[in-house]
Amino acid sequence: LKSTTATSIMGDMNFSLTTFNKTGKLMQIEYALVRVQQGKMALGIKAKNGVVIATDRKVSSVLVDSNEYQKIQSITPTTGIVYAGMGPDFRVIVRNARKAAQKYYLTYREIQPVSQVVKESALLMQEYTQSGGVRPFGVSCLVAGYDDDGPQLFQVDPSGSSFGWKATAIGKNYVNAKNFLERRYDDEVELDDAVHIALLTLRESFEGQMDENNVEVGIVTAEDRIFRILTPAEVKDYLDEAN
Amino acid sequence: NKTSFRYYYYINYLYLPNMSILEYNGGAVIAMAGKNCVGICSDLRLGAQFQTVSRDFKKVFKVTDKLYVGLTGLATDILSVDQLLQFRCNMYKLRENREIKPEAFSALLSTLLYEKRFGPWFCEPVVAGLTADNKPFLSGMDLIGAPVFGSDFVVSGTCTANLHGMCESLYRPDMEPEELFEVLAQCLLAAVDRDAISGWGALVHIITPEGVITKKLRSRQD
Repeated sequence: LKSTTATSIMGDMNFSLTTFNKTGKLMQIEYALVRVQQGKMALGIKAKNGVVIATDRKVSSVLVDSNEYQKIQSITPTTGIVYAGMGPDFRVIVRNARKAAQKYYLTYREIQPVSQVVKESALLMQEYTQSGGVRPFGVSCLVAGYDDDGPQLFQVDPSGSSFGWKATAIGKNYVNAKNFLERRYDDEVELDDAVHIALLTLRESFEGQMDENNVEVGIVTAEDRIFRILTPAEVKDYLDEAN
Repeated sequence: NKTSFRYYYYINYLYLPNMSILEYNGGAVIAMAGKNCVGICSDLRLGAQFQTVSRDFKKVFKVTDKLYVGLTGLATDILSVDQLLQFRCNMYKLRENREIKPEAFSALLSTLLYEKRFGPWFCEPVVAGLTADNKPFLSGMDLIGAPVFGSDFVVSGTCTANLHGMCESLYRPDMEPEELFEVLAQCLLAAVDRDAISGWGALVHIITPEGVITKKLRSRQD
């Protein structure tokens, strides 16, 4: 059996593992996207007066002890992020984004705008497709925030490309979820309705019973521009209304 | 007279050791707040100790339509810091697709100066601008970036004692642009008249939401 460990080092030079094939594709990125599609669903909706992001947080077994692990994280007081794909890779991106945001604050004494937060993460993810000895990140991220340009929702992919969305879904069953969102979304939707729609969309693809403990919802509103995770009680209120 | 001729050359080759490096070129800047407007002005002298070399050396630079920065101190560092600020603000505009705000610019300048804490830029800046709500914003800094945020006026230069005195006497709050111009001009002119190494004319900018009014003042040319 031939060894299949990839080494790309030649002397002092360190070559990239992500290279083009004959059809012009970077297969490592394609494979990373496959991994993303296997991850639990995450979705986001931009409303007129805020943004909501939500994800499936179901634990694998009743033996799992702590519910304290949060999938949705904040980068700045006004920006939050969620992922589909590999949790450990996500943590690296969050760490990097937070440090970049603090560096920005240190220089400008101003909270880093959403588009700039996205640019930092996108830059990092692109670097890992063109640097020696590393693999791309196995996550796509949804970044939600509020700044002087209003509410914004962005997706960042393993390739490093970023796009702004009105509403989107990533991870398992994202195609069905996006169709669902397309039918329900309109430009004038308010944040409360957006949270409803988000929960309904999650439920479409949810395996088993969805309740306030196995989903996670984060919002940022126009009034205070603070990103926060909804408490289980708040999620329950929305779920009860949706029922 | 041969003796006095040689003496003249001697003075020009001598660097007076008790003169601070911040006083080598001379200069003065004031920024003052009015009602929904700010004014910033500088003298125009550039000297080498007591020898005047130029009467056209502006010390106030535009950053955006609503933000100006004035720098006093060593002339070479005034130019270098201005160029650095242009670089940083141009990059900011390209990256963020918007102009930098006065508060962020002041923080940026502060950081920029402190980065050189143990080998500083020999200049003491003054920032004057209008915030997003068109309210006046003023800040002044020492050469290592310690900021002070003034609500009325901030000064910098070789005659700060004179400048402070004049501003305290003549300033009143909520001045309209025309009044602000008069007060600012009088403060600067009177202050630099009692300073040997500042003066030789002045340039005043009044920044209003509608635009910037710039006037050159002809003063005592000594």
